[in-house]
Amino acid sequence: MKFSKDHEWVTVAGGIATIGISNHAQGQLGDVVFVDLPKVGRVVKAHESVAVVESVKAASDVYVPVSGEVVEVNGDLAGDPSLVNRAPESEGWFMKVKLSNEAELSELMDKAAYDKFVG
Amino acid sequence: MDETALRRTPLYETHVALGAKMVPFAGYDMPVQYPTGIMAEHKWTRESAGLFEVSHMGQCSIIGPDFETVAKAMEALVPADILSLKPGQQRYSQLLNIQGGISDDLMITHSNWKGLEGSLYVVVNASRKGFDFAHIEENLPPGLVFRRYDSLALMALQGPKAEEALAKLNPAVKALPFMNSGRFDLAGVEAHVSRSGYTGEDGFEISVEGGNAARLWNRLLEDATVKPIGLGARDSLRLEAGLCLYGHDIDRTTSPIEAQLQWSIAKRRRADGGFVGAHRVQRELLGGVSRKRVGIKPDGRAPARDGTEIQDESGRKIGVITSGGFGPTVNGPIAMGYVETAYASAGTPIQLIVRGQAMPAQVVNLPFVPNRFKR
Repeated sequence: MKFSKDHEWVTVAGGIATIGISNHAQGQLGDVVFVDLPKVGRVVKAHESVAVVESVKAASDVYVPVSGEVVEVNGDLAGDPSLVNRAPESEGWFMKVKLSNEAELSELMDKAAYDKFVG
Repeated sequence: MDETALRRTPLYETHVALGAKMVPFAGYDMPVQYPTGIMAEHKWTRESAGLFEVSHMGQCSIIGPDFETVAKAMEALVPADILSLKPGQQRYSQLLNIQGGISDDLMITHSNWKGLEGSLYVVVNASRKGFDFAHIEENLPPGLVFRRYDSLALMALQGPKAEEALAKLNPAVKALPFMNSGRFDLAGVEAHVSRSGYTGEDGFEISVEGGNAARLWNRLLEDATVKPIGLGARDSLRLEAGLCLYGHDIDRTTSPIEAQLQWSIAKRRRADGGFVGAHRVQRELLGGVSRKRVGIKPDGRAPARDGTEIQDESGRKIGVITSGGFGPTVNGPIAMGYVETAYASAGTPIQLIVRGQAMPAQVVNLPFVPNRFKR
C-alpha cells in the first residue's frame, strides 16, 4: 500500500489501482455521513478532485493520486458511509482506476514514509 | 501582544486534558469535539446529558434605579416585551439596526440575584459581543450602568437527564420552570442557573466565576450520565431544533419577520413599536415579507451546506441555504434557508444545487426534532 500527500492510499494489481483515504484522514474528518463518488468511465488526472467526503461538520475533496479511467466505485459506501471510518484502508475503499501512467506510482510514499509525513 | 492570538476560556486546559480537538471560533480556541466524535456526542445529548462550555459568549448587566427604567431602556433596542418579565424570568429577543435587520440575537433576564434585583442580565453571541456591548452601552439613558462580566464562565447542561444530574448538586433546581433563573449553590460554587439552552432539549445554562468553572465542570462529569460535548454537536443539535445561528440564519440583512421569529414579539410591542427597526417589523407584520426562513429536507443522503442555491422545479433561483448538514437524530441531511414566500409552505418541492447537480428536496416545518423543553 502506498500513500499520497493528500492522504489517499493506493494498491495496484494487474494495472488497476484501488484507492481510498488513509486511516489518519478519516480520523481528521470525523464521522462520515456521505461519499460522492465519480461515475464509472470517467477519465481522471492525478491530483484532480474526483470525490467528496461529507462528515457531520464539513465536506472535503478527495484527490485521485494517479491518472487513468475509473472502472469501478464502491457501491457499499452509499448504504453505509461509516465504512470509511471503520475500515478506511480495506472495505472502505472508494474507487478502482485503470492506470494510464504507472510511473506516477513512484511519486507516492510507502507506509513508513507516510507515517513520518503525518507525524 | 499578538492581536491575532486566540483567547482561552477558563476551561481551556480541561478540554485539552479531555482530548478535545480545539479549533478557532469567534476569536477563541474552543473544543469542536472530544474523542468520541460529533455523532456520538449529539446522540448522547438527546438520550442522556451533555455538558458544553460556552464561556466565549458575552455576559453583561444593565443596572438602574428600578426595573421599569431598565426595562424601558432595553425595550428601545429590542422588539420583545421586557417590562412584563417577572424576577428570574428570561426571554429571547434580537438587537435590531435602524433598517430592521438583526444585529444579534440574545437572552434577556430580569435578574433576581441578591444585590442586582431589578437589573437585566443579558447573554449575547461571542462573535457579536464587541458590537453589542458598545451598542447597548451607547444607547443607555443617563443614570443607567452597563457592566460586562469578562471573568464569568458559562456552561450548558442539556438533555433528558440534565435535571437529574444537576439536582444531585442542588435539588432546588428541579423547581425552575423553562426560561426562568435563579442563584443556586452547586457543589459549593455560587452559580446563576437558568432553565434554557440551544439544543431543543430540557436543560440549564450555568454562569459561574471563571475560577470556579473547572471545579463545577469536573463535578458534573463525575456523573455517569453526563459527558462533555463540543461545538460541532452543539451546531447539529440546534439545527435539528430549528434554532437560528447568528451570521448564518440571521444577520444584519434579515428581519425578525423574515426569520420567522414573530413569536418573540409581543402584541403590545407590535402595536406600539418604539424600538430600533420597528418601522420594518411593523410594515412586514401587516404587509408580509418576500422571503421566509424555512426548514429543508433533501430527498437523498447528500448534505447541502450553507450557501447552497435553492431553485424551483423549473430551475429558477428562489433562495439560499443558510445552515445545512447532517442531523444525527434525524439520521439524514437537514438544512434551513430562505425561500421566496410563495415557496415557503411545508411540502413544497424544491431543488438544491450541490456541486453543480440539482438535488430534489422539500420545504418542511421546523423543528426537525420535537422540542422537549420543561414548560
